Amino acid sequence: MTAAAREEILRRIRAAAVPPAPEPPRHYLRHAPGVPDEDRPAVLALFAERLEEYGAEVLRADRPGPAVARALAEHGARSLVVPDGLPAEWTADWDGEVRTDRPPLGKAGLDATDAVLTGCAAAVADSGTLVLDGGPAQGRRAATLLPDLHVCVVRAEQVRSALPGALARLDPARPLTFVSGPSATADIEMIRVKGVHGPRRLAVVLLD
Amino acid sequence: MPPNPPRPRTALFVTCLNDTLFPGTGRATVTLLRRLGVEVDFPAAQSCCGQMHFNTGYRKETARLARHFVDTFADYEEIVVPSASCAGMPAEAYPLAAEAAGDPGLARAVAELAPRVVELTQYLTDRLGVEQVGAHFPHRVTYHPTCHSLRATGLGERPHRLLRAVAGIDYVELPAAQECCGFGGTFAVKNPAVSGAMNGDKARHVLETGAHVLAAVDNSCLMNIGGRLTKDGHPVRTLHLAEILARTEQDGPLPGVPVVEAAR
Amino acid sequence: MTRSFLGWPAFPEAAEREVGNEQLRENVRRATRTIRGKRAVLAAERPDWEQLRDSAAAIKDQVLAGLEQYLLQVEEKVTAAGGTVHWARDAAEANRIVTDLVLATGEREIVKVKSMLTEEIGLDAALEAAGINARETDLAAAIVQLGDDLPSHVVVPALHRNRSEIRDIFAREMGRHGRPAPEGLTDDPAELAEAARLHLREKFLGARVAVSGANFVVAETGTLVVVESEGNGRMCLTLADTLISVVGIEKTVPTWADLEVFLQLLARNATGERMAPYTSTWTGTTHGDGPRDFHLVLVDNGRTRALADPVGRQALRCIRCGACMNTCPVYERTGGHAYGSVYPGPIGAILNPLLKGLDDEQTASLPYASTLCGACNEVCPVRIRFTDVLLDLRAQVADGGKHPVERAALGAVGATMARPLLWKAAVKGAGLVGPLLPARTPVPGWSDNRALPDVPKESFRTWWKRNEGERA
Repeated sequence: MTAAAREEILRRIRAAAVPPAPEPPRHYLRHAPGVPDEDRPAVLALFAERLEEYGAEVLRADRPGPAVARALAEHGARSLVVPDGLPAEWTADWDGEVRTDRPPLGKAGLDATDAVLTGCAAAVADSGTLVLDGGPAQGRRAATLLPDLHVCVVRAEQVRSALPGALARLDPARPLTFVSGPSATADIEMIRVKGVHGPRRLAVVLLD
Repeated sequence: MPPNPPRPRTALFVTCLNDTLFPGTGRATVTLLRRLGVEVDFPAAQSCCGQMHFNTGYRKETARLARHFVDTFADYEEIVVPSASCAGMPAEAYPLAAEAAGDPGLARAVAELAPRVVELTQYLTDRLGVEQVGAHFPHRVTYHPTCHSLRATGLGERPHRLLRAVAGIDYVELPAAQECCGFGGTFAVKNPAVSGAMNGDKARHVLETGAHVLAAVDNSCLMNIGGRLTKDGHPVRTLHLAEILARTEQDGPLPGVPVVEAAR
Repeated sequence: MTRSFLGWPAFPEAAEREVGNEQLRENVRRATRTIRGKRAVLAAERPDWEQLRDSAAAIKDQVLAGLEQYLLQVEEKVTAAGGTVHWARDAAEANRIVTDLVLATGEREIVKVKSMLTEEIGLDAALEAAGINARETDLAAAIVQLGDDLPSHVVVPALHRNRSEIRDIFAREMGRHGRPAPEGLTDDPAELAEAARLHLREKFLGARVAVSGANFVVAETGTLVVVESEGNGRMCLTLADTLISVVGIEKTVPTWADLEVFLQLLARNATGERMAPYTSTWTGTTHGDGPRDFHLVLVDNGRTRALADPVGRQALRCIRCGACMNTCPVYERTGGHAYGSVYPGPIGAILNPLLKGLDDEQTASLPYASTLCGACNEVCPVRIRFTDVLLDLRAQVADGGKHPVERAALGAVGATMARPLLWKAAVKGAGLVGPLLPARTPVPGWSDNRALPDVPKESFRTWWKRNEGERA
């Protein structure tokens, strides 16, 4: 049935005889307005500003351990899930319970954990976006979804000024999650409410 | 002094609505243009641009009117139109009408004629290069940018500049000016409830300005808004912009409309 | 019971009913104005906004011109990445495919990510008929589902509801479908969102099958993209064992890099955000992360019909941002239900006729559900020329003889207008205001809320003749 449907749809498309289209122009900016990628202080300042506008917390630090511990403590987290292979120094300054996601915690286990700590694959200053790709220090998607606090460590060189720069560095074969601030909804009278299903709190440790 | 070069042959396309229901707009256009040194002709064979037909979907009927338009105005160097939506018809609609009618000859004639058809305020500011037209109008006026004049013709600030240059005028901005009044040609009769709701909001905004006169460059929309204001018992006058620009100090204030002190 | 738009009245009738609902008008007015303001700020923030729109329109035109090749590429890449691709010519076929896939898992309660396509094809009702309970997880979609209501907006399907109506729906209905709303629930939006979080949490944790749509499908890589705000999308896309994504064939984009255009436009234009909180992309299945089974159902359901329309095909560029309805003065007064379709507003006025044809009165009324004001043209991120398409569809309606009475009337006026002598006679004739207002009697529709203009004593042409005579 689906084979017949496939043939029929493709036949209809051919019958529509759409004329060839010209090559698309690409005259848009490849960086945030006024913030070229080379201007690193401006890129990082914009990234922090945009995250904070969303209600995410930004901790700028030169070492991850103390900042991570501060973020977790501020939000009263007592349990933390971390992906397998996360650098030990990231949690070295925190005295709560660390649960490594190996073997994988069940959904209920993740749901019952206060926080998750990860790195990221890339970040975008213009939109205050973190991108997770399941690579080193990031783990599987469910782990960054069910705990209510997400603490994400971003290295300065991972932050691109705008989306085009980040997309070019990502591998679409991997499952990607672009996070731009905490979960939110505007479904009730178009009023933005922070925190629905995803983590309601997001803290970013930005390593300069 | 050498004699003035011969003026281009200028025709007035008054539009069918103005001809029948708003002749004052036609008269004002003639008065205004003559004052600015433009001798206009009125080819009596003219009728309707076919906008109502085209916007309702009747393209072959539009083609018939397009042919008539082309025949009537072919010999004129420029055709001035005191209506943005009608002025746009030759360029925007006639090619499609000619295509629907399978008439490449008409399409060619239209392509040749359309660039010479100009909306009045565009004619004043762009062709004649004037904004100060010697008008005097000591009344409080607000202006509704009709959708076609705003988005299709792209008149931008031209009408506002012309209005602000009028002596004695108290010009006030209309809130939510760019919102449609709900006329939309046959929309007003096909969807009276929605159209009425839109028109009610527009009329409310007009009243909020405290203006005694509402101006626009399309009498169709003014007929809609004015009809609402009248029905609700508000004495706001609706006037085509030409009728404001045509008045001079000799004419005095518009009878029946409160006079404002020239504060600015 | 699932409500549907089946047998819905034509636009003028439905619109009249909706316009009379003061509460609805206030809800829609407030919501659309809020979002309009936010959008304007974020679009103005980009100096290259027009260039982004140029690119988006051109990329989508490229997709439409090469659709066969792009779909085959999608099929190849998704299959290679461990997914299964299905093809559905119409709604019934798509519903059958999804129903069979769900039945094969043995599950009877599944979760859904908001998808306008699944609303379009009536998937929930089809699943229900097969004994499958599909729970909507997007907040607005859940409000619509719990209220046994119909969507009225493509981004915020419950836009026509205000907070107190939502509170009532939650308090009354949640308990019948799972965890009840908390005692003493107020109409504070944050509290309502929290109630939805709690109600849906157990659904997410228990569901083994999820159904989604997709905002984009990248041909080059076989990657699907879902853009959302709440995290319900991530829950469904990540926690289920089986994921079934039902996607219109026009959702394709050629390359991964093309996403940089659409993802920068979509949220700014849709919700007034720089990016939506969550964008998820996936390519087939990934070992140890997310669903083990992935099915992509590619749906035509009238899209190839739209594709064959030389003027109308541009409607297939649509990325469902909803900006056209947020900015539409008609939509603002009627809300979405008046359009009788899950696609309301300007895009609905053109897309429904293009997908379904103009054979029924309801669909044929939609191209006339516009004043042609053109506000939608200005906000569309893919530069759909709505007014061009509306006018073209009206010509199709007129050519199809849908309005024979109107045609005869306009034809007669046109014939008079094209004959100078007849026209002159008509304008001058006593008792005739002109062929425009055949008599000084109330005009149906017009006179309901407007006075007719005073009839002048003489026409312009009579004045001209007199005046010219004097000058001569």
